This record gives sequence, structure tokens and C-alpha cells, in this order.
Amino acid sequence: MPEIKIDEMRCKGCELCVTACPKQCIGMSDVFSVTGYYPAKFSKPEACTGCALCAQICPDLAIEVYKEEPVKK
Amino acid sequence: MLQVNRRPKSLLDVKMHYCPGCGHGIVHRLVAECLDELEVASRAVGVAPVGCSVFADHYFACDMIQGAHGRGPAIATGIKRSKPECIVFSYQGDGDLASIGMAETVHSAARSENITVVFINNSIYGMTGGQMAPTTLIGQPSTTSPKGRDVKVNGYPIRVCELLSQLDGARYLERTSVHTAAHVIKTKKALKKAFQNQIDGKGFSMVEVLSMCPTNLAIAPKDNAKFIAEKMLPVYPLGVYKDADAPAAGGK
Repeated sequence: MPEIKIDEMRCKGCELCVTACPKQCIGMSDVFSVTGYYPAKFSKPEACTGCALCAQICPDLAIEVYKEEPVKK
Repeated sequence: MLQVNRRPKSLLDVKMHYCPGCGHGIVHRLVAECLDELEVASRAVGVAPVGCSVFADHYFACDMIQGAHGRGPAIATGIKRSKPECIVFSYQGDGDLASIGMAETVHSAARSENITVVFINNSIYGMTGGQMAPTTLIGQPSTTSPKGRDVKVNGYPIRVCELLSQLDGARYLERTSVHTAAHVIKTKKALKKAFQNQIDGKGFSMVEVLSMCPTNLAIAPKDNAKFIAEKMLPVYPLGVYKDADAPAAGGK
């Protein structure tokens, strides 16, 4: 399963990733981060395709995207 | 697991000071990725402007010089002429490039200096507190035009790409945007071409990037992206304004 990791220390809660995700996998947390923002949250992991559009738009490079290694046939 | 995206090596691992939703972070990353992919980071020299990105030297892992307001292309000219092996880029905002630095920009383009200019157009002055910029749209409120920009008093917005496209010295001009992920990917392509042009010695290349400034427009970042799509794009149409390589040079 592809997955994303959101660095809460870097996220400033701008919500641009929420609008960028074509599968609506990202929501906003309702808990303050240490830096004082409501950070983004990976709320629907099962729908993630690992397209990395969220990482493209993130202004603070807070998102890391992981995909499974392609299986060699 | 395979990591799809990686922080570019040319971008230092520090937290940026920009406001939430600011486009500078995106463009910084794209410039750093271009420097990495073209393998020129070790001989790259950047010129940081006056504006929010004045601290760009804190973020790029290449040599940086911070210039006086608007003088980025003039400083870049000096660096490039004295050290032609360096890859020189000037990173500027709209108040910097289109207002106080208009003379330097136009004449660098007219001389076809072999430099790359990254121009961030967010339609407002950012660092100084949301004053009207030369690129502010007609009717757009700012702290110095609270009732909206009035053409009778303040004139019309400047379209820098269209203006420079009249000069023979400007070799590559493109306007892109970073309001959606798809546009971010296109912006990366444009920036890469602008840097490649410099490596190939083709002359003055500039990429104008429409960007977000949610703090000074006093709207949420996602509404700022909508503002770009609905209000800015009709005034600042995206596209290649000049490409000296293209068969029909000088046209769109």
C-alpha cells in the first residue's frame, strides 16, 4: 500500500495538499501541533495511490511519499 | 518501501520562515531540483532579492548574494561576466522586479545577459505589508488602495512577459503558476528549460510564476489558489511568450 508521512513539525496547515489530493486522502487534524498549527492528517490511507501530488504542492516539503517496490517479473 | 519524492540536495534541511500556503517554498524546491538534476549546484550562484525571499540564502545550498532592491539582474550580470563558468540565477518578486528593478530587468534582457531570472508574481507586496504592486489587478484591494486599484489614480497592471517579449535579447520567457499540483509540475519544466538555456549559452531566460500570498490578500491558501485561477489567469495568461529555439520565434 502506498503511504504518505506528514512531518507535523514542518506542516503549517495551509490545506493545499487537501485540495491537491485526487482521492481526498488528506484531512486536517483537530489537534494543535507543537508549532501551533492544525496540521494535515493522512485520514484515508486505503485510497492513496502514491501519486505524490500532495508532495508537489506542499510549500514546506512536509510530505514524504512511499510506494511499494515494483515486483520484478 | 520506495520513497517517491526526496528533498533536493540543493535545498538545505531547515524549516522555511514563509507564511502557510506561500508559493515561495514550492518555487524554492523546484529551483533546487533543477540545480540538482542539471548537476550545476556546485557552480551555481543565486541572487536573493529584497522581499519575503530575502532569506533565500538560508535555504539554498549553493552560493548566494543578497542584492539591493530590484538590482538582482544587474548583480547577476556582474557575476556572470566575471565568472562565466558559474550558473547564475536571480530570484525576485513582483515589487522587486517589476517596480524598482524594472530598468535592470529590461536592460539585462536587452543585453541578452546569459542569466536565469525567476520572477514570482503574487500581485501584491508581501514583506512590506500588502501594498499595491505594479502587478496588482484592477479593483484588487491592498493596504495602499483599500477600495481597490483605481485605473484613474494607479494605472494598469504590468505584464512583464509580454513587455519583455518585444526585446530581441530576451531568449526565453514563460509564465506559469503554482496554484495546482499540475501547474507546479509545468513550472518545474519551464525552470529547467530556463537553466538549460543558460548552460547552452542562449541568453536571457525568465520564468514568471503566479504564486500565492494568502497573508497579504487576507484569504485562506486554498481560496488564494482559486483567486489565481479565476482572477489572475485572465489578466496574466499562462504560456511561452518567447522561445528563441521555436520555429516561429517572437510569437506566442
